[in-house]
Amino acid sequence: MLTDSELQAIWLTVRLASIVTLILLLIGTPIAWWLARTKSCWKGPVGAVVALPLVLPPSVLGFYLLLAMGPYGPVGQLTEALGLGRLPFTFWGLVVASVFYSLPFMVQPLQSAFEGIGERPLEVAATLRASPIDAFFTVAMPLAAPGFLTAAILTFAHTVGEFGVVLMIGGNLPGVTRVASVQIYDHVEAMEYASAHRLSAVMLVFSFFVLLVLYAWRPGAKKGA
Amino acid sequence: MLRKTLFAFTLVTSALACADEVKVAVAANFTAPMQKIAADFEKDTGHKVQLAFGSTGKLYAQISNGAPFEILLAADDTTPAKLEKEGTGVAGSRFTYAIGKLVLWSSQPGFIDDKGDVLNKGNFKHVAIANPKLAPYGAAAIQTLTALKLLDAIQPKFVQGENIAQTHQFVATGNAELGFIALSQVMKDGKIADGSAWIVPTSLHQPILQDAILLDKGKGKTAAEALMKYLRSDPAAAVIMSFGYAL
Amino acid sequence: MTGIDARFRLDWPGFTLDVDLALPGRGVTALFGHSGSGKTTLLRCIAGLERAREGRLTVNGEVWQDERHWLPTHKRPIGYVFQEASLFPHLSVLGNLRYGMKRMFDPQRVSLDHAIELLGIGHLLDRKPDRLSGGERQRVGIARALSVSPRLLLMDEPLAALDLKRKQEILPYLERLHDELDIPVLYVSHSPDEVARLADHLVAMEDGKVLADGPLGNTLARLDLPIRLGEDAGVVIEAMVAERDANWHLIRVDFAGGQLWVRDNNMPLGHHARVRILARDVSLSHDKGEDTSILNALPARVTAIADDSHPALALVRLDTGDTPLIARLTKRSANHLALRPGMEVWAHIKAVALIG
Repeated sequence: MLTDSELQAIWLTVRLASIVTLILLLIGTPIAWWLARTKSCWKGPVGAVVALPLVLPPSVLGFYLLLAMGPYGPVGQLTEALGLGRLPFTFWGLVVASVFYSLPFMVQPLQSAFEGIGERPLEVAATLRASPIDAFFTVAMPLAAPGFLTAAILTFAHTVGEFGVVLMIGGNLPGVTRVASVQIYDHVEAMEYASAHRLSAVMLVFSFFVLLVLYAWRPGAKKGA
Repeated sequence: MLRKTLFAFTLVTSALACADEVKVAVAANFTAPMQKIAADFEKDTGHKVQLAFGSTGKLYAQISNGAPFEILLAADDTTPAKLEKEGTGVAGSRFTYAIGKLVLWSSQPGFIDDKGDVLNKGNFKHVAIANPKLAPYGAAAIQTLTALKLLDAIQPKFVQGENIAQTHQFVATGNAELGFIALSQVMKDGKIADGSAWIVPTSLHQPILQDAILLDKGKGKTAAEALMKYLRSDPAAAVIMSFGYAL
Repeated sequence: MTGIDARFRLDWPGFTLDVDLALPGRGVTALFGHSGSGKTTLLRCIAGLERAREGRLTVNGEVWQDERHWLPTHKRPIGYVFQEASLFPHLSVLGNLRYGMKRMFDPQRVSLDHAIELLGIGHLLDRKPDRLSGGERQRVGIARALSVSPRLLLMDEPLAALDLKRKQEILPYLERLHDELDIPVLYVSHSPDEVARLADHLVAMEDGKVLADGPLGNTLARLDLPIRLGEDAGVVIEAMVAERDANWHLIRVDFAGGQLWVRDNNMPLGHHARVRILARDVSLSHDKGEDTSILNALPARVTAIADDSHPALALVRLDTGDTPLIARLTKRSANHLALRPGMEVWAHIKAVALIG
């Protein structure tokens, strides 16, 4: 039903979304934790920067990333100095861009999950000899488990649906940066509506099931006693 | 979305307010010359011109789905032909309003010689081209490389923009060292503004014909027919050529 | 060197905590006051859950906080019982108990089994906290605080969130703690009943400051404090069950200043007992008055007279032997009896509560 290049695009999309979700779990968790608990005056600005991709048109973000990661941009000069070469038109360039773009989808659910826990369980843990890091792993993380699930699914789904940023920095390379959403766009632009419909249907069904899992899981999530 | 809504709103309200108005869908690469031509046309005739820019594929989809455009200035000659065949365009109204010129361009001065030998040297990582499936300039770039027998060597270095605007961006930001784009994109006041370039001889590719067509909704409208005529006038031709198109 | 030296100054918008206390290093010390008096804040400062800008805290010779040091909560050898049990909802009862046990750094003084037995929660170990009643939850909370073998047990109104029945269910466990474990306890409460039952030492607080501080009996008998206690003003006397009168279902308890007959509650002879006498239940006369329904009359000497909160009332402090009592009467009665310090009178006690 699907052509090889479409399957390749889908596989690429899934790989991109998985890697981005994993990286964001590692990066987003400490940011969300800090945002949920800090009283610093930096909370506002940092929170706003994290939320920026929500309001910024993806093409704007993509354009800035293209500039920043290009040979004249700071990120590009850094990656070249480190011997990593340049990021645009590479898979890892997409990963970096998607990490920025999907950051709020990881951080915000986690932040509200952490905020929902409140101070008390952590204070209890401290009186039971748990250091702050210990308490984070043994109390905060288990209590925020539903939040982690939500954040991971949203991040994954959002990365799958990402288009504008990929378009801007991807260069449409088959198997490297041509993800499903770009493929669909190509089909539409080339007036190949049948192919566009097929691939869109796959994306639609996929997204529906992701959200179904998400919403089916939520009511089962135990609330703290 | 908002912009589209606003645009539709403007279309509706202005149509009510003024009958002598023409709504034109314009291929993105022709944005700058068309703004100039529209301004001149308004001054000469007193008609109002509403311009909407976009990729030809997108404009086609909008027109086939009932968008209220009266004229389409496409980036190719196939889309107007298709519209005519489908009956959305007025039969016999098609003509070539401009011929695109392909240029190999780099943002670094001196990187490209005036014979295009840089393509043989291969001292670059990326060559940007517009998606040949979607953009006539991309297709022309492929034809050029084929004619030069360089396609197999260069193809692995391709990065594709969805349209020539994006392709230009890849090159302008230095992410691709060079790329095939439209001369009109780097032409300012009759010369290439910066970087270095090789204007690809038209013998190396099929002509990039950009055709205009009068759409159903413009049929019999004074302003629309006047603009179709004006596009073929000498003043319009001068503007078109000054932006790097041939005729 | 035993004892807790606590000096804290903490400024929050609308609230200042300013205390300087030397507390005994053993027994139960009640931090008593209305809500907003700063008692919980003081407890949290001692636990390290709140960091007072200026503070000095030494516990049995160990510095927990001064200008240079600040021991974080998880390094303080404390047990803490929160007002709501605050059990970890993702762990079973046993998981909650083991959480601290695994991380304990002190030598074990309270075995897990002992804590489980002491609080009577052996049958609950496999349950999740949301399957427990409020009283059960709080018992688990207390056992969990004991599971780390604390050198100081801090309890923040552990009964406040419970109804009367649950309170009655838990109080005996708290008394057992007091009797069986040699762990000093700081017990925050706004309930005079709990304080009377459990405390050995009393710190009364108001508006972030210490109002009174001393051994329970003496402190309760201070005439400036009852004004704040209102209807609950009264004293607590340490006594011993000395005689049982099975005919009339009464027992006699003896204390330093005399003896009292109270309702038999099946306490064994020789058992240590605590007796609470409210000021409003004490009336005074010049004679013993044999022809009265009142069972207990004690000879006493007036030591002080003070105004009460209402202008019609006076508070009289008395000594029976070495034991202080207070009586609340109208100023008219005091005038009628011509009471003055040093005068010998009879204290008629209308009600005596045996509280354990």
